[in-house]
Amino acid sequence: MADSHTKDAFVEFDRVQKSYDGENLVVKDLNLSLPKGEFLTMLGPSGSGKTTCLMMLAGFETATHGDIRLDGQPINNIPPHKRGIGMVFQNYALFPHMTVAENLSFPLEVRKMPKTEREAKVKHVLELVQMGEFGGRRPAQLSGGQQQRIALARALVFEAELVLMDEPLGALDKQLRETMQFEIKRIADDLGITVVYVTHDQTEALTMSDRVAVFEDGRIQQLAPPDELYESPQNSFVAQFIGENNTLEGTVKEIKNGIALVQLDGGGLIDCKPVNVTKAGERTRVSIRPERVEFNKDRLSAEAHTLKAEVLEFIYMGDIFRTRLRVAGKDDFVIKSRNAPDQVRLEPGSEVEIGWLAEDCRALDA
Amino acid sequence: MLTTVDGKPLKEALAHAQSRAKRRAFLLVLPLLAFIIVSFIFPIGQMLYKSVNNTGFTISKDFGTGVSTPIMTNLAEWFEENPQGTDPDETAYAALAADLVVLRELKAPGQAGTRINYELSGSRSMFTKAARKAKKLEPPFKEAIIDLDEDWADPSLWQAMRTASIAVTVNFYLAALDRKRADDGSVEMVPENRQVYVTLFKRTLILSLMITVICFFLAFPIAHLMATLPMRKSNLLMILVLLPFWTSLLVRTTSWMIVLQSQGVLNDAMVATGILADENRIQMMYNQTGTVIAMTHILLPFMVLPLYSVMSMINPSYVRAARSMGATSWTAFRRIYFPQTVPGIGAGALLVFILSVGYYITPALVGGADGQLISNLIAFHMTKSLNWSLAAALAAILLGAVLLLYWLYDRLIGIDNLKLG
Repeated sequence: MADSHTKDAFVEFDRVQKSYDGENLVVKDLNLSLPKGEFLTMLGPSGSGKTTCLMMLAGFETATHGDIRLDGQPINNIPPHKRGIGMVFQNYALFPHMTVAENLSFPLEVRKMPKTEREAKVKHVLELVQMGEFGGRRPAQLSGGQQQRIALARALVFEAELVLMDEPLGALDKQLRETMQFEIKRIADDLGITVVYVTHDQTEALTMSDRVAVFEDGRIQQLAPPDELYESPQNSFVAQFIGENNTLEGTVKEIKNGIALVQLDGGGLIDCKPVNVTKAGERTRVSIRPERVEFNKDRLSAEAHTLKAEVLEFIYMGDIFRTRLRVAGKDDFVIKSRNAPDQVRLEPGSEVEIGWLAEDCRALDA
Repeated sequence: MLTTVDGKPLKEALAHAQSRAKRRAFLLVLPLLAFIIVSFIFPIGQMLYKSVNNTGFTISKDFGTGVSTPIMTNLAEWFEENPQGTDPDETAYAALAADLVVLRELKAPGQAGTRINYELSGSRSMFTKAARKAKKLEPPFKEAIIDLDEDWADPSLWQAMRTASIAVTVNFYLAALDRKRADDGSVEMVPENRQVYVTLFKRTLILSLMITVICFFLAFPIAHLMATLPMRKSNLLMILVLLPFWTSLLVRTTSWMIVLQSQGVLNDAMVATGILADENRIQMMYNQTGTVIAMTHILLPFMVLPLYSVMSMINPSYVRAARSMGATSWTAFRRIYFPQTVPGIGAGALLVFILSVGYYITPALVGGADGQLISNLIAFHMTKSLNWSLAAALAAILLGAVLLLYWLYDRLIGIDNLKLG
């Protein structure tokens, strides 16, 4: 977790707690700081407290305890309209009774900006989101993707340094969502704005963010750049939540030279990297990514421990092969292998021996 | 032309394929259609017809045998031959005498007299009296008839008879607007002390407008509260709003009488707490105040419900978005929230206004003389004075005014923006 008193912090949550009913904490002791220009994603299942955090930052919810600071200033008691934070809502919240141009000019009007200046800014921001011709339309006349762009433009038009996005791509279809992910990222980088982005879609989080905060049960489980999050999950929740993952349960037999030897419940010994385990005898849940499993014996080191596996199913997915195996008594163990000319296609019913590099296999909390 | 694979025209095939479903749908709505025609369209048509067509001076119907006989035919002929403004001569009086004889035979002088009485009050008895003696009249008829009652020479009476001799007339509409035919047939205002209807129309419209505005200001906050509160609490509020709906109209109105009368709950309370001296009790009933208070209460749900239904559809993120863009809560309300409630306001206002324009029971009970609305006068002409044509004309004008408002609403806001629930 990040240090709560970072010097160059632009947005800072300091020991923030939030309760709606006085009985349950929705956000439990949140500490988070992000520097200017960062794209931070709050990722988590619904009910994990990520949206509440965003609403507290925007000023629509008040923190029950703790401080939220923006550019060093506590903002707990500043009403939302004085915070100068841009926001993109899940349903876009484009005002249905105004045209696109009126929607975009609204934040400038309330800032009492002269008309000519307003028009110039609206025109500029419309071009930024590649919607130059749509100023005269009503939101209802736009497609979902176009509405999305306008909502983004509206959050940017008054030059907010911090823009919050609450699952902005949730309502779009897959292809459009992918296009918009890159679009948002490009614009955010071009303008150098700080973005706090909320989503429950892990792909979105991984592709767009500088750092991702994984929320669960009102706490940040891990705050890390996407690659670190994927490759080095800190606990089994993060490992499960981010990407596909094979889990095996067992007991630590010994830890030696930074490698833990784990006795699996279903039989078999494996080498792991100890992450949340410290001594022999501890229960652990072992996590290994499907693409890091190796079944070609030549590529494994001679002393590596291997497991016997029975091929149950082979699925051709185009770019990859997905093979389901029975390993150590569990029949949901998955291997993903790249579709290369020399790749072996495992036959269902056959027996193979699988293994991996010890650092790819992480012994996490039970 | 497009055809099906076996050569039938596509349109024909489509009609054939759908005809069964269409027939069945029509049969399902047929009972309602029949009911509406019998119980609504036909009576309203009859009523409107009566407002421009009164046969009191042209046809007598024997309700025993069902036979209709034309009356006042001789006089009608004379009116036709002699233009407006001709002084009635001997032939005219002779025709009148002959017609009076027929009236006597048909036992219809009362009916004919009543028709003239609408235009010129006090003339009914002249007809009954003259008809009784019609057989004994001798020429010269002019002197003989004027001898019976010198009012027979009154030009206004002859003007009234001239108008009434044609069943189709707009005179009832003139009367409903406080106007009448002058002796020369032109339109003029009735004397000031007899002008009632225009004042009453104005009062009805003003009071209805007042009730609508008060309803709006009372309903808007409660509807907003209901739309934003959690389900359980808003349901409770909804029940409280609907509770008056489930109570009899009569009970509600009489409860207001108990509360508002000068020896009533409200006055007693104010006297007891010393706000009012005992001799200064406020008259809150049997005047316009009573009508407005009671009707506002009764019509309030009609404003709350459409407002609520529109407000509950407005996503709270609109206001949040406006706030995040720098709008104060007042600006966000004025520029973002309020415009989106307009369809509900329009629907509620239209409902309350149209209902109150035609309201009858409450003003009848708590309105006194001062708080009567036009519908009370329509009822009076229907049940007491039996001048159905005038009642119909008043009702038609009211209907016209409401339709005009509806049209205006459509032009200004658009009827497709109306959300009734």
